[in-house]
This record gives sequence, structure tokens and C-alpha cells, in this order.
Amino acid sequence: MNIVAKAARALKAPSRDIVAEHGLSPEEYRRLVDAIGREPSLTELGIFSVMWSEHCSYKSSRVWLKKLPTQGPQVIQGPGENAGVVDIGDGHAAVFKMESHNHPSYIEPYQGAATGVGGIMRDVFTMGARPIANMNALRFGAPDHPKTRHLVAGVVSGIGDYGNCMGVPTVGGETNFDPRYNDNILVNAMTVGLVDAKRIFRSAAKGVGLPVVYVGSKTGRDGIHGATMASAEFDEASEEKRPTVQVGDPFTEKLLLEACLELMATDTIVAIQDMGAAGLTSSSVEMADKGGVGIELELARVPTREEGMTAYEMMLSESQERMLMVLKPGVEVQAERVFKKWGLDFAVIGYTTDTGRLVVRHAGAVEADIPLAALAQAAPVYERPWTPKTPPAALDPHDVPAPNSLLDCLEIMLDSPHLASRRWIWEQYDHMVMADTVQRPGGDAAVVRVHGTQKGLAISCDVTPRYCAADPREGAKQAVAECWRNLTAAGADPLAITDCLNFGNPERPEIMGEFVGAIEGMAEACAALSFPVVSGNVSLYNETNGAAIPPTPAVGGVGLIPDIAQMATIALKRDGNLLLLLGAEHGQLGQSLYTQIMLERSHGAPPPVDLDTERRTGDLVRNLIREGAVSAVHDVSDGGLLVAIAEMALAGNQGVTLETAPDHLPAHALWFGEDQARYVVEAAPDKADAIHKAAALAEVPIRLLGRVGGDAIAITGETPLPLKTLRAVHEDWLPRFMAHG
Amino acid sequence: MKARITITLKQGVLDPQGKAIEGALHALGFGSVGNVRQGKYIEVEVDESDPAKARAAVERMCDQLLANTIIENYAYELEAA
Amino acid sequence: MKTSVIVFPGSNCDRDAAVALEAATGHPPAMVWHGDAELPNSDLIVLPGGFSYGDYLRSGAMAAHSPVMREVVKRAKGGTPVLGICNGFQVLTEARLLPGVLMRNATLKFICKDVYLKVERSDSMFTHRYVLGEVVRFPVAHKDGSYFADEDTLDRLEGEGRVAFRYCEASGAVTEVGNPNGSSRNIAGIYNETGTVLGLMPHPERLADPALSGTDGAKMFASLVEALP
Repeated sequence: MNIVAKAARALKAPSRDIVAEHGLSPEEYRRLVDAIGREPSLTELGIFSVMWSEHCSYKSSRVWLKKLPTQGPQVIQGPGENAGVVDIGDGHAAVFKMESHNHPSYIEPYQGAATGVGGIMRDVFTMGARPIANMNALRFGAPDHPKTRHLVAGVVSGIGDYGNCMGVPTVGGETNFDPRYNDNILVNAMTVGLVDAKRIFRSAAKGVGLPVVYVGSKTGRDGIHGATMASAEFDEASEEKRPTVQVGDPFTEKLLLEACLELMATDTIVAIQDMGAAGLTSSSVEMADKGGVGIELELARVPTREEGMTAYEMMLSESQERMLMVLKPGVEVQAERVFKKWGLDFAVIGYTTDTGRLVVRHAGAVEADIPLAALAQAAPVYERPWTPKTPPAALDPHDVPAPNSLLDCLEIMLDSPHLASRRWIWEQYDHMVMADTVQRPGGDAAVVRVHGTQKGLAISCDVTPRYCAADPREGAKQAVAECWRNLTAAGADPLAITDCLNFGNPERPEIMGEFVGAIEGMAEACAALSFPVVSGNVSLYNETNGAAIPPTPAVGGVGLIPDIAQMATIALKRDGNLLLLLGAEHGQLGQSLYTQIMLERSHGAPPPVDLDTERRTGDLVRNLIREGAVSAVHDVSDGGLLVAIAEMALAGNQGVTLETAPDHLPAHALWFGEDQARYVVEAAPDKADAIHKAAALAEVPIRLLGRVGGDAIAITGETPLPLKTLRAVHEDWLPRFMAHG
Repeated sequence: MKARITITLKQGVLDPQGKAIEGALHALGFGSVGNVRQGKYIEVEVDESDPAKARAAVERMCDQLLANTIIENYAYELEAA
Repeated sequence: MKTSVIVFPGSNCDRDAAVALEAATGHPPAMVWHGDAELPNSDLIVLPGGFSYGDYLRSGAMAAHSPVMREVVKRAKGGTPVLGICNGFQVLTEARLLPGVLMRNATLKFICKDVYLKVERSDSMFTHRYVLGEVVRFPVAHKDGSYFADEDTLDRLEGEGRVAFRYCEASGAVTEVGNPNGSSRNIAGIYNETGTVLGLMPHPERLADPALSGTDGAKMFASLVEALP
């Protein structure tokens, strides 16, 4: 018997079983009874269960999230709204957020991923912004796990079909394969929107007696208890929850977007909130709570798709493509006209009140009557016990076996799941619609032009889970630093980030320790790089039968390029140009892809991140780009220096001849070490002097790597590796893997 | 009356989706499967009690919109709603 | 030159088309909502890309029956030039202004990338700025772009010189490798009998700006500006 049927039987005081099935602990239930002074009705229990779920209340993470820097002169809106907002000058603002849709995507990859994309786009256009770019960060299990191929295919086509239909370009992202995600994949979707800085919409319903309006799709029994599901650990029985997965309708969302933006151009909306997880419940509670008012809803007026829906079902439905708005009085007819034009439902379903209570009526009967303070402020907050993780000792590069041939090793690495081209994925995403994608997927950052201007927004999603697994603090620092570096490498001033904090079960002290470490690392990096967090979400309980995912604090960053004529790309441009390395070399092979791919081991400490050095090196590179001193730029990350050079060569279809490496470190540590704060740049020979001087002034080490030219990668003493060969293996891995379904 | 309409691709029209389904069935061990063709199924309620009129209406809607008769055939059954 | 862009619910390349038209003509086009029975006088009507009506049922099928399309068909038959891009091409076939249909890509997947096209006619109002046999680069972005028509129709299209563009390799070779979606005879775009209606799957409006790494598409709009009043 499902939870709804069971719950429907319990009319008065819910049984212990029913309480437990709503995900509330016995203490939380006592807290609920204390807060309202009596036993709850079933509808009330449902409302509390979603509002107090981890997903909505952040009860395990909230105390720690406060440690993240969220301020800065560029920040217009920090965390707490549907999305963060940063100033990009000339009266424009960028609105962005990243959100997880992990559990639904594992159960039903196509719809789970599609509705994740739909949800994050709604978060952005709820703020009044037109979405202009999507990105995503995906983690799948091992390629040889029987489910991986099916999950990749479903997730990618779900993301593509939704974004493509919306006409919002999906401009990039990142994808990892790791057996620790076998039973818990991660689907994190990010949307960036553009808004007039003076016309930002928020969710506080200030004012009494204002109409509460429902718009969008009709309500069905979709995803009832999705928010509670997203906060519970998996077991085999979870697969049976499939019928409650929401189904996305991107066509309706496109209409909803246009209708909302059309109405937002008028002076009619007081507050607006999308109905995401926990649908009508969380949207109405959050709007009323933030506005300091009460709210009264008459559910008989809610447009429904199915007959005989109960108050419980309507309050908890997660049907997609719906919005709740509080309007100024007297504008209902004007607003209704807009939504009818776009063929969408529009219904006044209630009013704001001065009672401070949420009152839900259904056909005359009061189904819920709860003080909002009990739902919001009285929500449980936990300081869960945690144990810090002891990071492994650093790996001495001399202890790491060398390959027979550096170039053979490069070929093997680019033919691996970790470094193979992701073209098979991003060619299924319309990444050019809106005709402003000035830097397409495949580089360090994607760049979309601010429509009608010469400005560009650089966007990148980053985290290296294997670093975080070894050392959550250093790994999280690295995620922020790499994102900052990727934006810098495109020529942008990094502005701010959104985050998606994916972890296992926080009730286990070692998992909580990972979370705490990651927050501390992120906070340190964000502060040092003036790169605040403006939005994000937390996804906990990503574990199955006690096996947790590696800590995965995904970071999505946005930067501003003042003039896209001064944008950098990774593609090598011209024969005879020089290839230079900026940044110090330590030969860090701990947790490197070299050891993972060539030695099938992940050991040692991840490369340490020196934030001072990051900043100094990045600022130097950005200046060189703006001065036109460099013609291609790529940051050094996964796979190290030789991989970075190979990616630049492939992107520009230009070979390189490399100089003999200095011998203070083993050659494989120099070429495959993953030391941070490094960039490879291409420059015309006549710019070399100026670059050397600028590097000396910034105290950034510089080394001549080689020269651009030919159609192969050449290293002294080895047979040159033709780009044609390298391209074939690099491009072939993913299509070949997916074809073997 | 209720019409149950089945729309299928005409013989000779390439059906990559059908081919993919066939491949997947073979991969699952249904080796005896062949000639898989996929199509659409649509249910329509027609506010009409005269079967002849209902038939005419269903055929008009199939010809005009529900099927693309360049590549698709349709068939239907009528039953009292 | 007066232009109109038809906007269906679910169109999403309407703005891109408008930007390219304005850049070429110097005037913004009229944006005509699908529910409008009134269509302004136009020297060129553009049906933009997107997912009209969600492309539910069949791509372009429902848009082909919207009120404004009755007027578009009437104008097209009266000689007004019509350009259908991507979803617009699908609408034109569903409205029977062009023969054949656009079926699911042979790969079954959405495909977004630059493709090479061979210009098959350089004497039409849409293409006279191109050279006959020239290879141009346009992006495609579609899931239902595999052009299908029966053999007689294909023979007739070829015989009457109504193939506008064929997919090809960078070298210009018309091969299976150069065909992104399985289209019959590599057909990427076709004309009606009078050469006044052009439907094509690739997007000229997406590479009509130097900042977007190519301007091959701009020549189509320039051709129209020169050929039309």
C-alpha cells in the first residue's frame, strides 16, 4: 500500500507508522505537536513533513552554510531567494542558480533530468530574468556498471529535450564516471538569466488582502512526496517509487516563461515563487513567511488534472510548470488576460491575511490551520556530530613509476572515460539558439554575449570529486579555484558562484565531517578570491545501502567579459607562435589522473591550493588577455600539463613541438602533475618579452614549453603523435561506449 | 463515441525508431523478433451518436491533422463511449 | 523591404530571425502572433525555428493548421516569398507548401553542430549571393530533420532544380559522412515550383554575425534584400 493510501486511512491522530513514513523522527513529531498545540491533521502532517524535510529546511546544513561568504559590491541578491543576482554594469544583472535533481534522475533518468532543468529555469525566470544559458554537472557510475549507459542516455536526452524546446542554449558542463556513483548519480543543473537590475522580482508577499494567484499547468498527483524522497536514503524499494516521478512539459514552460515575462513588464506583481519541490506548500509558506503575513487558500479553486484530489494531494503535488504569485489588488483581470493569451491556467486561489497563519480550506472544510512561525522558524536545526577527515600524506613524485613513453601515455589518457571528448553529450544540446553563444562547449568556460551589447558572460561548472574524497577541505578549495581559473582563462572577471553540495548521509559523523571540511574550504577560497556564493542547494543522503558518494561540492561560476573582442579561447592559432607555462611546477601526482588511469591507483594528497598564488597568477593572465599579448589560454587541471597542451592543439588543429623539460623533477611528474594555479598560453614571438616582464613583476614563474606548428605533438626522443590519431581516440571513446547498448 | 486510432508508418518508409527497438529486443535475447515498426495510438471522444457521422469525423481529423498521409497510414475502431 | 516573422507558441528562434533580418534590411520585422488572422503586407514571410506547439503529434503539424497559416499559404500561392527555417521547414511541409516530410534523425538523437552545405542553385532570390557549387557552413539543431519523399518526388525535385542545398563534407563531397541526419539524397533544403518558397533545416540566421564564428548565413539575407523591393 502506498503512503497516500495509508495516510488517507488515518483520519485523526496519525499513527507512529504514518509519522515515520513522512520522514519525521519521533522528536520532530513532538516538536510539531508542541508548535501547533495539538495533533496534526493528515494534511498538516504532510505540510510539516515537506517543510521540515532536509530538502526544504536545510536542517543539517544550515548552521554551516552561514560560514560561506555571500557579500560583495557586485552582489545584488545573495542566498535566500529563488536565485542569486549580480551586477554586470549598465543596468544589467545576471541571475543564476544551480540545483540538484539526483534521486529523481536515478529512478527515471529522462524525466528526472528534464524536470531538473525545468525547475532551475523557473527559479531564474521567477526573478524576472530571461534565461540565456544552461549548464550541467553530471556524475555517473563506472562505465562498466550495467546501468550507466542507460542513465547517461536518459539524462542527456532529458536535459537536451527540455532546454532545446525552451530555446535556451545549453552551453556546457562537466561529466565524471566513477564507481562510487553507481547507485547514486548526480544531476546538477544550472541556469543563468539576464534581467534589468531595476526590475528584479522577489518572493516576499508584503501586504494584507492581496490576491494569491495560481498560474501554469494543472495540478495532478505527480511526485507526491518528492521532497521527502530526495531527503531519504535509497534502498532497492526506491525503484518502486517510479509512479510518483514528475513528468516535464517544456512546451508549457516556454509559454509560462513568456507569459511571466510579459506580466512582469507591467506593474502588477508583489511577489512570485515557483512551485518546485513541495509545490503549493512551500511556495505559499515561503511567500507568506518572508512577507510577514498570513495566507488563506481555497483548494477547490486550484486547477486540477485529475478528479477527486484531496487537500493532502493538492498541497503536496509536485506537478511541474506552475507558479504562485501575489498580485496588487485590482489587477487580476489584466493578469488573467496575459495568461489566457498564452493558453495557461489562471486562478485566484486565496488571499494574504494578517493572522500569521496558513489556512487551507477545501470545499468548505478547514484542512490545515498552522501558524507560519511553527513551519518556518520552529523548523528543526541540527548541529550534527562530525569527525574531521585526516588527509593522506603528499605523494613524492619520485615514488611514482614512470611510463615507457610520455606520448603513448597521453594517448591512453585521452582515450579514457575521464578525459575523452564530451562532444557526444553537448551535440545533443542546442548550444547556439539565441544566437549569442560566442564561445561554444569544449573550452575552459562557455561565453554568451549579453544580447545587443559587446559584453559577455563566462560560465563554468567545476569540482574534482577524487580530490574532495581524499581531502574535502582542499578539494572544495580547488573546486572554487578551478572555476575562478576557468572564467579567468576566458578573459573574464569572476563575479560569484552558485553551489550544489552533494553528500551522503549527514547522520553519519564522517559524512558530516566531509561536509564541514568542504564548507570550510569553499569559504576560504571564496573569501580569498572575492568570489562569493549567491545561491545554491544542498543534496544529502546520496547513498545506497551505506555506500556514500564522494563528497561533491559542485561550483557554478559566472564572470564578466567587458568586451568579447578580448575573449580568450583554448584553440592554438598560428604556426611559429610560442607556448608558455605560467605558474610554478611541483610535480604533484597525488590523486592525479595519471595514477588513476596508468597505475589504477588514487593515492596521496590532492594538489594543494595556494589562494594567493591563484589570484596573482590569474590576474596576470587576465591582464595579458586584455592587452592582446596572448592568442590562446588554457588552465592546467585534470591530467596536467601535457593534457592541457593536447587539448589546445586539438581545438586549434595545430601541432606543437615541445622543449625538453627541466630535470629537477621526473618527466612524468612535470607533464602529468596536477599542480594548481597554472595556465598555458600561446603568444606571438614578438610578445614574449612583454610577457616575461609581466610575469616577473607578478612573481609568477614562466617557462617556454615549445612552439606551435606541424600536425603532431612532438617531444624530444619520442615518435611524434599525429593529431589525427589523438583526435580519433579522443572523440571516439564516448560514442563507442554509448553505441554498445 | 470513442475512437481508438492507430497511426503507423507506411511500408517502405524508413523507421529508425522501430529499428532501434528491434535492436534492443535482440540485445535482450528476443532473437526471433523481426520487422519491428512503431507508431502512435490516440484516443478521441466524439460527441456523436451516429456511427456513420462519427466515422466521417474521425477520418477527417486523421486526414487533416492526426496522420501525415505522405508517410503514415491510420486505422481506427469506434465504440460507444 | 517589409518582412514578417510568424510566432507560434513554442517558436524559439523568432528573435534570432528578427535580429538577422534587421541587420540585413535595416528595419525590424513585424512579429506576427499565430492567433492573428491579420498578416501585414510583407515582401518576405519567415517561419522561424523552434518547437511550435511543443512539436507534439508531429513536428510542425499543429502550427500548419493555425489561423495565421491559412493566410501564409494564400500569400505564398500568390507569390509572396516565404522562408521556413528548421521548424519553419517542418511547418511548410505539413502545410503542403513543400513536398515531403521531415522525419526523426537517423541517429534518433537531437543534433546541434555546424554542417557543410553545397549550394545547388545560385540563381534564386535566396541564394544569388552564393556561387553555384559553393560549400557553406551553417549550424543545424534538430531532432526531426531527415528529409523524406518518395522516389518520384525526389526525382521531380532534382529534375526541376528545386533542391536548394545538400549536406556535404568540407571538401564539397556529397556523401553519407557529410549527412548529419539521414536525409534522402542529402537534401537540406528545397524550393517550391516557383522558387519563391524555401524550406531548409540548417539555420542561416545563426551564422550571420562575425562574433559567432561565421557569416555564411548572412549572404542569404543579403540575397533577399537585393532581390526584393
